[in-house]
Amino acid sequence: MKLRTTLVGVLAVVLALAPGAAIAQGAKELFFPLLVYRTGPYAPSGIPSANGLRDYLTLLNERDGGINGVRIAIEECETQYDTKQGVECYERLKSKNPVLVNPYSTGITYQLIPKAAVDKIPLHSMGYGMTAAADGRWFPWVFNFPTTYWSQASAVIRYIAQQEGGFEKLKGKKIAHVYHNSPYGKEANPTLEELARRHGFELTLLAVDHPGQEQKSTWLQIRRLNPDWTYVSGWGVMNQVAVKEAAAINFRMDRLIGNWWTGSEADVVPAGDAAKGYKSTTFHAAGTNHKVIQDILKYVYDRGKGAGDRNRIGEVLYNRGVVNAMFDTEAIRTAMAKFGNKPPTGEQVRWGFEHLTLTDKRLEELGMKGFTHPVKVTCEDHEGNGPVLIQQWDGKQWKVISDWIQPIREVVRPKLEAAAEQEGKKLGYAKRDCSKEM
Amino acid sequence: MIYREAGQFKTTYASDQAIFPIREDRVAVAAIVAAAFAVPLVASEYWLQAVLIPFLVYALAALGLNLLTGYAGQLSLGTGGFMAVGAYSAFKITTAFPQVNILAVFVLSGLIAAAVGLVFGVPSLRIKGFYLAVATLAAQFFLLWLFNKVAWFTNYASSGTITAPPRSVLGVMVTGPGATAEARYVVALAVVALFALLAKNLVRSRVGRSWMAIRDRDIAAEIIGVRPLRAKLLAFGISSFLCGVAGAEYVFLYLGSAETLAFDVNVSFLVLFMIIIGGLGSVLGSFLGAGFIVLVPIFLTNAPHLVGLSLPVALQKQIELMVFGGLILFFLIVEPHGLARLWQITKEKLRLWPFPY
Amino acid sequence: MLEALRAVLVAPVADMAGAPAFLMEVLIGGVFAGLMYSLVALGFVLIFKASGVFNFAQGVMVLFAALTLVGLMERGVPVAAALLLTVAVMVALAFGIERVVLRPLVNQEHIILFMATIGLTFFLEGFGEMLWGSSVKKLDVGIPDTSFKVAGVLINRLELTAAVTAAVLVAVLAVFFQRTRIGRALRAVADDHEAALSLGIPLKTIWVIVWAVAGLVAIVAGIMWGAKSGVQFSLSLIALKALPVLILGGLTSVPGAIAGGLIIGVGEKVAEVYWGPLVGGAIENWFAYVVALAVLLVRPQGLLGEKIIERV
Repeated sequence: MKLRTTLVGVLAVVLALAPGAAIAQGAKELFFPLLVYRTGPYAPSGIPSANGLRDYLTLLNERDGGINGVRIAIEECETQYDTKQGVECYERLKSKNPVLVNPYSTGITYQLIPKAAVDKIPLHSMGYGMTAAADGRWFPWVFNFPTTYWSQASAVIRYIAQQEGGFEKLKGKKIAHVYHNSPYGKEANPTLEELARRHGFELTLLAVDHPGQEQKSTWLQIRRLNPDWTYVSGWGVMNQVAVKEAAAINFRMDRLIGNWWTGSEADVVPAGDAAKGYKSTTFHAAGTNHKVIQDILKYVYDRGKGAGDRNRIGEVLYNRGVVNAMFDTEAIRTAMAKFGNKPPTGEQVRWGFEHLTLTDKRLEELGMKGFTHPVKVTCEDHEGNGPVLIQQWDGKQWKVISDWIQPIREVVRPKLEAAAEQEGKKLGYAKRDCSKEM
Repeated sequence: MIYREAGQFKTTYASDQAIFPIREDRVAVAAIVAAAFAVPLVASEYWLQAVLIPFLVYALAALGLNLLTGYAGQLSLGTGGFMAVGAYSAFKITTAFPQVNILAVFVLSGLIAAAVGLVFGVPSLRIKGFYLAVATLAAQFFLLWLFNKVAWFTNYASSGTITAPPRSVLGVMVTGPGATAEARYVVALAVVALFALLAKNLVRSRVGRSWMAIRDRDIAAEIIGVRPLRAKLLAFGISSFLCGVAGAEYVFLYLGSAETLAFDVNVSFLVLFMIIIGGLGSVLGSFLGAGFIVLVPIFLTNAPHLVGLSLPVALQKQIELMVFGGLILFFLIVEPHGLARLWQITKEKLRLWPFPY
Repeated sequence: MLEALRAVLVAPVADMAGAPAFLMEVLIGGVFAGLMYSLVALGFVLIFKASGVFNFAQGVMVLFAALTLVGLMERGVPVAAALLLTVAVMVALAFGIERVVLRPLVNQEHIILFMATIGLTFFLEGFGEMLWGSSVKKLDVGIPDTSFKVAGVLINRLELTAAVTAAVLVAVLAVFFQRTRIGRALRAVADDHEAALSLGIPLKTIWVIVWAVAGLVAIVAGIMWGAKSGVQFSLSLIALKALPVLILGGLTSVPGAIAGGLIIGVGEKVAEVYWGPLVGGAIENWFAYVVALAVLLVRPQGLLGEKIIERV
């Protein structure tokens, strides 16, 4: 019994001494934290994203010696896609003066949005998080470029219109939206409803409850409805099951379109050949052909510094991680151009984000020509209003099959500004006057 | 030696029935509470925001569940749902009536949660044990579905989430983005300290004794005159009240904003784990259990850094899970009745120390 | 008001009558899904029946079994050998659990044993992921995932196979319980631990056998669910879908698990397809629990569970 008591005592003491021990870092490094989820139910998506992000940062360190000579200190923190663990990570990493944060989870993003302004750490939620944050006048610290769920939904409708032969042909067509029954899944609904009113197509919304392992009834309803097109906003295990169920009811795969979190290798693997022809949106290319990926192979993997499996480089989500890291480091570069080649503060990086202009020329210099679309972020527009691509699974890999499809800005932007006002006021924010910004 | 009751004579019934009859206990508890209020002076924001505030909020929820499961013997897996009721009520009330003091809002939302708890407690009159869990799980899934589905609960927010608006108490910001971690911590601490004291008194009152009678043998309890309908529903009501307040705090003091997923069934399980590990039927156990479930994983996450070990995060998390599972088993095998019982045994030993025999 | 009543009461029924082939499909879908739930619920029932342990780890055992099987197959082990090895692993796991978890906690209250299985859950989650990784793995058991039509009703081969497997499994288990010597010993232990002990039935062996059989059931469930969604961490979450089934059927009844599965499966599909759209859909999850609750209010011990007799 003595021993037990001692053990408990020791445990208590150790617990008491356990605050996040900060590792001292040189002043010449900039601290780039990575919130990752390499374990847990969402790890199949989390692993490639995290590897892509990390490998690109390592590439900059290995090939260029950092950003303009400032090395990047990388630290990962595992969140398991869980909000509470994400908050813990953020609070722990905050003490090391991170220049920005990529939350990599909708829940964590919502958590960090109010904190960003207080802690002066810009938040980049690339293609997830709060759509309303695209209005930079209300949310100066939050960025979600290159594009948002609402823009994406409108671009999908434009794509469908293109395939059908014009917007006027949409009249009377049936489009179903199968969505994850969470705020994330519902994001596209208002946009789709608005477009359905405008163009006269018949929209059916079908919710799938979390986690979505059983979707029989949803797909039975699809089978009866027999929609012309089905759009899926899924997440986690819901994706794999949705693709499989769609195949099981013999739904035409080339008329099934996933959003960009519903179209990765992991989502089609369990369905196998049945998934051939399945489409999804994206905002960058997959594969290993681009120079930047070749550079990662050469400078990172050949030197044994890769974060993951060499064979899985070029997967959709891996490349998304690369794109994300590129956007962030380019914003840091923009900040350095104004504030000097030293580790920038969060405030300076925020300025960098708001003045980020990625041209085709710059993308070419980065070895990313055609890899993703040029982006221009401004004080008003934190979304960049970026166009999207449609990619298709050919049984072995994802191939981009469309040109860049522009979102329907005149529908999306007014809704977005109204939402931003509502969300901003909820937090007690006031609207910025962008003409007064530097 | 330092902890003994020799020479402390009780000359009145009141002193004999005090919550802490031994002077050392009184001193220790007073010191702990005082120290807890002094913590913000020394603790970093990381400690307050990521460790202590969730600990206090979970402790309150665990306290609520412990009254229901530990004292009244009714197994519930609806904690997350009742917490969500508290959180969404608080959001609705404070956005509709911004002038109402936020602490009053917490209490009101607790009352709404209590009402919902009463409704879902009705099946407990007929269903027992693990079977009762299903009734409460029905509450859990239905309530979350409702909050998710009906946009009115989020004030038709395009994001579908609820966000804590800025509110102050006595001129100090306690919720919203502008509130400091210190302020939120002190509010959470005050609330949980108050309710712990009330709970401690409640469980030794007539109500508490009737709960324990129901728990230990409900038919016998009925025969000696305990009304099961009243006792069980009261347990559901009071437990849900505390869970509701905890849920409101969860969003307003800890997370700042939340979607329904923040209250999913895992939260219900987590709070249940807390009271089993901490000790069923023990107020102290609720705190110890919350401490175990909240602090141990954080400690395990940080442990490799402390000894200078740098593992890949995935491997570290996997080891953490294994060690955490192992620790639960270890503590159960060492003392199946929870950490509170372990503490009690220690105290017994301490009374005799250093001359056990 | 009348309009609303009509929408709730008349329209869905008219809808069913109007498209009988589709109704058939919904019913068959419900039956298949229900049997899949039963597969998971069976594991719970076996363990609860013989040792009074509500095994929270059943879901993660399904995951662990499927991960082991796929992991071995990915490393080039032929299917049959991988299957045998997985069985061996699950049996070894049963031994380990009995020795490390159950034996020190013998005679403890149900809730304590329940908590112990939670500790086990955390452990197995970490261990399984550490061994086999967290990626989605395709489980190809050689059943074509295609559909065929019978009288206008679309039937999926994989689901049909799963349903038949579940049915066979239950039949085998029923025979095992009723006819074999071990089965009788299991039932004796379930009825009264001490009486069984005094008759010379080795309690420890029985526990190992029960956990091993639950492990085998977990393998089958893992294969069937894994074929559906790929083998991944989320497999452990299916326990939540099995819970209402289990409780509706009665914690101690093998046929109850099947009956419960069928009722919940058919009930939730019909509700979702015909009544779901009225309230915005995704009602399946809570509907299952409400069905279970309704049954419990009439029969507090579940549909086929043993009657609870209470004395003072």
